[in-house]
Amino acid sequence: MPYPEELKKLIKVVESTRAERVARKLKNEEVPFLSLDARTDRLKYHPDFKDEGRHELSIGPSKGYKIAHEMAEVLEAHSRVNPADVNLIKTDYETDVLVLGGGGAGTSAAILAVENGCKVIIATKLRHGDANTMMAEGGIQAATKGHKDSPYFHYLDIMGGGHFNNVPELAETLANNAPSAIKWLENQGCNFSKYPDGTMKTIHGGGTSRKRMHYAADITGAEIMRTIRDEARNHSDDIQVLEFSPAVELILNEKGECAGAVLYNMETEEYITVKAKSIVMATGGSGRLHIQGFMTTNHYGATADGIVMAYRAGVKVCFLHTVQYHPTGIVFPEQAEGILITEKFRGSGANLVNIEGQQFVNEREPRDVEAASIIKECIEDGKGVPTPSGKVGIWLDSPMIENLAGPGTVEREFPGKFILYKRFGIDISKEPMLIYPTLHYQNGGLEFKNTGHTSLPGLFVAGEVGGGIHGENRLMGNSLLDIIVYGRIAGKSAADFANENANGSKLSLEHVIKYNEEADKAGIAKDKVAPMLLPDYTDARIREKQLTSHYVGTMR
Amino acid sequence: MTEVKAVEIKAKLIPIYIMGKKYEVPETLTIMKAIEYAGYRYIRGCGCRGGVCGACSTVYRKPGSYKIMSGLACQTVVEPDMYLTQIPFYPAIRSTYNFEELTGKPEEVFDLYQELFRCVACNACSKVCPMDVEVMDYISALKRGDIKAAAEISFDCIQCGLCASRCMGELPQYHIAQLARRINGRYLTPQAEHLKTMVANIESGRYQESLTGLKVMDINMLKETYTARELEPATGGEDWTPKENIGL
Ligand SMILES: Cc1cc2nc3c(=O)[nH]c(=O)nc-3n(C[C@H](O)[C@H](O)[C@H](O)COP(=O)(O)OP(=O)(O)OC[C@H]3O[C@@H](n4cnc5c(N)ncnc54)[C@H](O)[C@@H]3O)c2cc1C
Ligand code: SF4
Ligand code: SF4
Ligand code: FES
Repeated sequence: MPYPEELKKLIKVVESTRAERVARKLKNEEVPFLSLDARTDRLKYHPDFKDEGRHELSIGPSKGYKIAHEMAEVLEAHSRVNPADVNLIKTDYETDVLVLGGGGAGTSAAILAVENGCKVIIATKLRHGDANTMMAEGGIQAATKGHKDSPYFHYLDIMGGGHFNNVPELAETLANNAPSAIKWLENQGCNFSKYPDGTMKTIHGGGTSRKRMHYAADITGAEIMRTIRDEARNHSDDIQVLEFSPAVELILNEKGECAGAVLYNMETEEYITVKAKSIVMATGGSGRLHIQGFMTTNHYGATADGIVMAYRAGVKVCFLHTVQYHPTGIVFPEQAEGILITEKFRGSGANLVNIEGQQFVNEREPRDVEAASIIKECIEDGKGVPTPSGKVGIWLDSPMIENLAGPGTVEREFPGKFILYKRFGIDISKEPMLIYPTLHYQNGGLEFKNTGHTSLPGLFVAGEVGGGIHGENRLMGNSLLDIIVYGRIAGKSAADFANENANGSKLSLEHVIKYNEEADKAGIAKDKVAPMLLPDYTDARIREKQLTSHYVGTMR
Repeated sequence: MTEVKAVEIKAKLIPIYIMGKKYEVPETLTIMKAIEYAGYRYIRGCGCRGGVCGACSTVYRKPGSYKIMSGLACQTVVEPDMYLTQIPFYPAIRSTYNFEELTGKPEEVFDLYQELFRCVACNACSKVCPMDVEVMDYISALKRGDIKAAAEISFDCIQCGLCASRCMGELPQYHIAQLARRINGRYLTPQAEHLKTMVANIESGRYQESLTGLKVMDINMLKETYTARELEPATGGEDWTPKENIGL
């Protein structure tokens, strides 16, 4: 729906200060960046700092670690299926490398495993490519322009963004392999936005010191995902894809190595088993846990499953105490609530503006600082813009981009969002957007090394499911990068493992039985089960009448 | 939780027909949330919930109109008396190929997808496309051998399959478009020279020393280096260069 009269009036205020803001932008005289100390102070407004929102893990390898209730609860939960009921003698599938998750990390891992001589099965929850990767809009970082940038500066930015707590080796490998990851994508036929001579267009993102954000219009993730998925499909002899079959448990062998997984065919409700020589965990993030009740930008299947399964098998978790809220999610119109407005709008010059039409924060602060600033401006300082559904938001002044880069730029550079708003009767090249922070990225995850190895032999990690690369806060564009860099590394390492290590023969779910016992001892309720697989959006009104339905966790 | 809250707000209820069956749903919801509100639970037909994955394509009609309408369930707001069904999957044949061996000649596309020439230019595909892609135009461009144009016209395609479901010539349009885009990206667009140079520089170890320096630096020093790093101005042009060349 278009903006109602009250909001139109408030838009006039934004318009009245626009010319002056544009002039300041051109002179580079904006609200200055916060000092490192001021950042720390500002972050007190970030949801991560709400102590009542978290508790210590009561069981498992990272027992005592304090993280959000929603995440802790899935980690502490019982298994969905009784391990004793699973037939491990006769497995349903057998392969060299089993990839769990058909997003960007899983798909690039699969391609690399095939290149290294392996047969691969990708088991994924929804369709191949229904993933957070598909949704990424803004871009992918890499220092590719040697006259002004290098892995040195990229590394500095990654560390600064992550509050200098990142695992240095993981960050280094990311920065160093970034250009070759882009090169690989270019070779796969990804259509990056380029100048006529082939030079890639690059812009700033929050926390970047150099313009190194490469993009494919405003659907960078989709362009990457559909391209590499297409390549995976060219290898259909070697890559078998099992859709709607999420993994629910890892299987180990008598040597204590990871040697397969139990999958759940959500359509036929069968549990099936896959035996493999090595496993790549690439199940992505966890936005659908709706931490602290926040809206989310994530896809339907982002429920932290991989972390749950590997945690039970003994892999520690790290950096889960921080969660990334994207500063700019749509708050109005309500139908589009939670949907992400890419940082590229800010990178291209749009100001964040309060109800008085004033810029209150530099738009290129790291995401956590930016989100905390917006929350502070609305909640603490009362300068948010009230929406018709009783929420508050801040203006993102997209029409400024037209003033800065010429009429038509918004439609040309942001076709996806332009159409989305047009359907609601809002022209974002003329009217600003109303935004608020939204749950976006799982900064932490499973502990792993820069070779993809985890503490569990045979299990490799890639993508959002892993933690450490980005420390306590990921910069935009480093995650699409991470899935390609580490997807390829994990695929190669998993193939090496499969090729070199003799396969153990006896499969076991003993670790799950033990974990269930631990959960019992800790007094975890029996009806708490994980992985969640899908969130439950069934209305209470319906649930009450489903008299013969039986729910296991969120699933019927 | 957003998804739940939307329902709590007192919106007017309107009737919609999900696969022919009537349900009363709040008028502010998207088709996807309305279907959930009605009591369905998605396994198929729902992916990104953000209009980019193509899992939720929906066709519908409105009373008093012969027109077939289409949209994405996660993006389209319900309307009174709409008659709808989602089409979560539609079979379409895809040709496999060795991408490295292609060169960008139109004949390669013709060989892989001979059904291109079965297109009768009925335009049903463009009419049904929920992304407003001019599907027939990219198919026509390909028939002319203009792969670049096809890549550009089809850029917003989310591979939902609706075009294939309506096609008189039984074409798998979106698979052909995917091939066109990959050929365009690799063979018909100049490769980035700066990228090649950078990859070579890294392989030669040019930055390793400065990078290792950062890695072993004590944290306070690292923080200082970070704060002092020169920032490329937002409005600087392509050829901007930093004052000092440390780390370059
Ligand atoms: C809206 C949005 C915009 C973004 N924009 C950017 C951006 O501009 N730049 C950037 O760098 N990053 C961006 N990101 C982040 C980035 O897209 C993701 O972090 C990254 O793509 C994650 O890739 P992945 O392969 O690890 O996970 P995903 O792409 O999410 O893939 C995980 C896959 O695993 C499947 N899965 C889940 N559970 C199971 C299970 N139990 N068994 C089997 N399969 C399972 C899922 O269904 C999915 O297919 C964005 C994210 C979102 C949501
Ligand atoms: S071109 Fe076809 S597959 Fe692509 S979005 Fe349009 S209807 Fe869907
Ligand atoms: S629907 Fe098929 S036959 Fe008709 S214009 Fe489109 S591609 Fe051609
Ligand atoms: S659910 Fe992905 S396009 Fe609608």
